[in-house]
Amino acid sequence: MPTAINRTSVPVSVDDEKCIAHKGCTVCVDVCPLDVLAIDIVKGKAYMKFDECWYCMPCEQDCPTGAVHVDIPYLLR
Amino acid sequence: MTMKLIELETDVLVVGGGTAGPMAAVKAKERNPKLRVMLLEKANVKRSGAISMGMDGLNNAVVPGHATPEQYTKEITIANDGIVNQKTVYAYANHSYTTIQELDRWGVKFEKDETGDYAMRKVHHIGTYVLPMPEGHHMKKVLYRQLKRARVDVTNRVVATRVLTDSKGQAAGLLGFDCRSGAFVVVRAKAVILCCGAAGRIGLPTSGYLFGTYENPTNAGDGYSMAFHAGAELSNLECFQINPLIKDYNGPACAYVTGPFGGYTANARGDRFIECDYWSGQMMQEFYNELQSGNGPVFLKLDHLAEETIQTIEHILHTNERPSRGRFHSGRKTNYRERMIEMHISEIGFCSGHSASGVYVNERAETTVPGLYAAGDMANVPHNYMLGAFTYGWFAGTNAAEYCANYDGGTVDSAQIAEEMNRVSAPLRHGGGLPPSQVEYKLRRMVNDYLQPPKATRKMKLALERFDEIGEDIGNISAENPHELMRAMEVQVIHDCARMAAHASLFREESRWGLYHNRVDFPERDDVDWFTHCHLRKDDVGAMSSFKKAVEPYLFPLDDNEKNAYQRLRVVAPARTA
Repeated sequence: MPTAINRTSVPVSVDDEKCIAHKGCTVCVDVCPLDVLAIDIVKGKAYMKFDECWYCMPCEQDCPTGAVHVDIPYLLR
Repeated sequence: MTMKLIELETDVLVVGGGTAGPMAAVKAKERNPKLRVMLLEKANVKRSGAISMGMDGLNNAVVPGHATPEQYTKEITIANDGIVNQKTVYAYANHSYTTIQELDRWGVKFEKDETGDYAMRKVHHIGTYVLPMPEGHHMKKVLYRQLKRARVDVTNRVVATRVLTDSKGQAAGLLGFDCRSGAFVVVRAKAVILCCGAAGRIGLPTSGYLFGTYENPTNAGDGYSMAFHAGAELSNLECFQINPLIKDYNGPACAYVTGPFGGYTANARGDRFIECDYWSGQMMQEFYNELQSGNGPVFLKLDHLAEETIQTIEHILHTNERPSRGRFHSGRKTNYRERMIEMHISEIGFCSGHSASGVYVNERAETTVPGLYAAGDMANVPHNYMLGAFTYGWFAGTNAAEYCANYDGGTVDSAQIAEEMNRVSAPLRHGGGLPPSQVEYKLRRMVNDYLQPPKATRKMKLALERFDEIGEDIGNISAENPHELMRAMEVQVIHDCARMAAHASLFREESRWGLYHNRVDFPERDDVDWFTHCHLRKDDVGAMSSFKKAVEPYLFPLDDNEKNAYQRLRVVAPARTA
């Protein structure tokens, strides 16, 4: 069936300057209960891949460099 | 696309590494260190489940000197309108203090007074059972340490989909898939313990955001669906979970936290309208009535408290359980000091931690399927909360380990495995189908339209018609990767739970548990015909079948003056002078 891709704002942002995924860190990806974060292999940085967030914050709390920030999803703000 | 097959074997298999699961795994290993114990987790045990960010207190601590197991059992019986198996509640209550002491030894920090005694607080209508844990954000770390110490074999990111059963009808393991690699996973085991949490994704939050649920949305109802398909009985599912929350935010208003500090639930006039903030169906009905009335909406009132009290409350509420709460309030420019916080009610769900809808278990955490145990939010021990999950996890682990000693397994029909592999891989095989998120949205929107109390017969029958149509859509869902496959399989779980919610609610032809089962066309509580458990199971042709099961004889009969304590929650208007 025909489908389309809708643009959506996501609540988790990652500061590329601070993120050390290129050094092998995957802490935020590991701890997410919904498994919505991923590492961009080309950039070597973590990012939110799926807009399925419980804004529970382990990714932000457990990040060793303070690179992750969780906002309240727009629909709830 | 064919799925790679991974075959594993263990003795005790625990499914779900949130609260009950880690305790079950550790206790199974303690009972018999020679056993292989595997903990299978859909996410990662480090941060999974309802307490992924910790918990701010125990809601049901039975501590000597403050309460007795008998008193607690009676209070829960009253709060749950009499429909409880007192044996299971009493087993919890009797073990409650032992569990607290164990958690204390493991390093969980409970609030203590200047003499070193637990600083108990009163929130319930009759007894005193609340024990704060202001530093409870470390719960998962404490549990993880114990899992490592006990050498439990942890497997993360595997989504369990079906319990494997043998020719004797016993649990024989589990089927599922890895949501990263997409491999199909078969784990053979002698005993299976389901600790899969509440069914938190049946209803849709009013925000419309699929994952803005009260429960951790990973808990889609997987345990309920797996138990049903394994042939286990489920109990009183019509006693929905509905909770009072901050409007638009999924965190509780936290009467348990703020109540002892002087905070309370108020109407638009700032007046108290309920005598007791303890979450019961009767309290939720009064909450709902006020919300719908000219005195609505409902608020959490803290603006009368002293600055240092508010700072203490903020510290607890904004660092524990739901730490994004402070961020929500600052976005809305709401400050506890300046104005009351608007509240609303949650979407519906199944949960025995908060209400009484769960997979039937006895006081040994056994389901009706031999070798299959359940604990935590999904197991029906009413109002069991986190401490009940730990306690029944303990029972399940110990008893499952003992069961293994005399294990006499039957044969496993490999057709069962092939059939499930075919079902799970279907969304990967057909491309270009419906996206899981769209089907999930529609399904859960229909749940809100037709199943949210007050419940009406015709609406619930219409719900079943819509659910049947959506069942056909489910066959057309496609998944482009293993992650999307996880969502696709969750839609099927939610569909099972939505159908069970309608089916169970239609069966009980009375109103009970306040808002949880407020049936407008059967508005009265009917103790003559319906003072009974209602169980649901899969019948011989695979359909849902409901039947009555007598309430077990009470261990502690209720006194006449206690029976209706929870029916009188509304604040009585002061007599006006002429």
